[in-house]
Amino acid sequence: MTKIARHIRFAAALAVAAFAVAATLPAASARAAETEVKIEVKIDNFAFAPQRIVVQAGTTVTWTNADDAPHTVVSTTKLFKSSALDTADKFSFTFATPGTYEYFCSLHPHMTGTVVVEAAAAGNAAQ
Amino acid sequence: MTSDHDETQGVSRRKILECMTWAGTGVLWTIAGGVPRSVGLIGEAGAAEQPSGLTFLQISDSHIGFDKPANPNTIGTLEEAINKIKALPVKPAFVIHTGDITHLSKLSEFDDADRIISQARLDVHYVPGEHDVIDPEQKLYRERYGRGAKGAGWYSFDANGVHFIGLVNVVDLKAGGLGNLGNDQLEWLESDLKGRSASTPIVVFAHIPLWSVYPQWGWGTDDAARALDQLKRFGSVTVLNGHIHQIMQKVEGNVTFHTAMSTAFVQPAPGAQPSPGPMKVADDKLRTLLGVTDVTFKRGQQRLAIVDQPLQG
Repeated sequence: MTKIARHIRFAAALAVAAFAVAATLPAASARAAETEVKIEVKIDNFAFAPQRIVVQAGTTVTWTNADDAPHTVVSTTKLFKSSALDTADKFSFTFATPGTYEYFCSLHPHMTGTVVVEAAAAGNAAQ
Repeated sequence: MTSDHDETQGVSRRKILECMTWAGTGVLWTIAGGVPRSVGLIGEAGAAEQPSGLTFLQISDSHIGFDKPANPNTIGTLEEAINKIKALPVKPAFVIHTGDITHLSKLSEFDDADRIISQARLDVHYVPGEHDVIDPEQKLYRERYGRGAKGAGWYSFDANGVHFIGLVNVVDLKAGGLGNLGNDQLEWLESDLKGRSASTPIVVFAHIPLWSVYPQWGWGTDDAARALDQLKRFGSVTVLNGHIHQIMQKVEGNVTFHTAMSTAFVQPAPGAQPSPGPMKVADDKLRTLLGVTDVTFKRGQQRLAIVDQPLQG
């Protein structure tokens, strides 16, 4: 639980940082700063942690499997689909468009997660 | 959310523990008139009961390719299981493998499993586990074991008057769901059973349990009830599953549900650990928790005996 809370705080901090950068820097640098935002989701004990994340458009989310069992990361709308991830394998996807993205492990479908993608910061969106 | 989830787990875990008869060593069960009766441990039972009728073996969850601390030598323990089968006093008619032959659906893993299992020199009837259908094109299992089968690999056959049905409940799984049979397979099952006498003994085998063992860990099949409805009219139905790497048994009317041990590694009892992942047990305990299952029908007596045989003990 503490670990998850920490992840969420980290994600929130990153989002705030991206927003601040976008608001104060020229547009070109703002876009560069934003595309560098990366969020980690850990697959551990047959669960995605954090189970729900909120990111800005352009964020790359990376899932890492920490279990001794293989898992997959599969969008319920088939937008993205990892291969089977063995222990320590990673899968990344960049979320370009705002929206709510549900995903699950196709091997253990009781494992589900959500990525909420919000519109990029105002300075960026104005371009 | 977290606390609700935990509460649900607690309730189900109690329920499950009530249903869980035992795990670990070998007990012989006989079924007479739908009522199970434990006859004794393997040694005594073997002496008292000489199988006469159809005897077959179930092996499950060999996970060839797995090499983590829970068992770094899954090839070795599968070889031990096959040696145990070869040493049986009564040669079984055939073997059924209830899936997770491999750990990662790699060609080399299927090859290793075949090489070892073929040493039993018995026909083997397979159904896939979810670990057998994760190659990028999902074709290695079908090409090797699914020829002549329908859909994702379901089929039936008859032996000594017993009707065997191999089902696939590990493909096309839905987010938030459990194991899944799907409409096509359920329709096929209906036509497969049509016209069969209710006195025909039925054995259904599939990877994920067809009863709700522990849904929080995905240990169940969403549309199993639709299959079981079709089986209600039969006087003797035995459902053999794997997936949970431990023995559990439940009797519901004329239906006996039984899950087999793995030959590879142990998984925890429902809710006993934070997750169902591979569990490291003491080295000297491992082989008492891995093994095979021996099933015998005694014709004319409407009886069925299921004997779980650990690799050791």
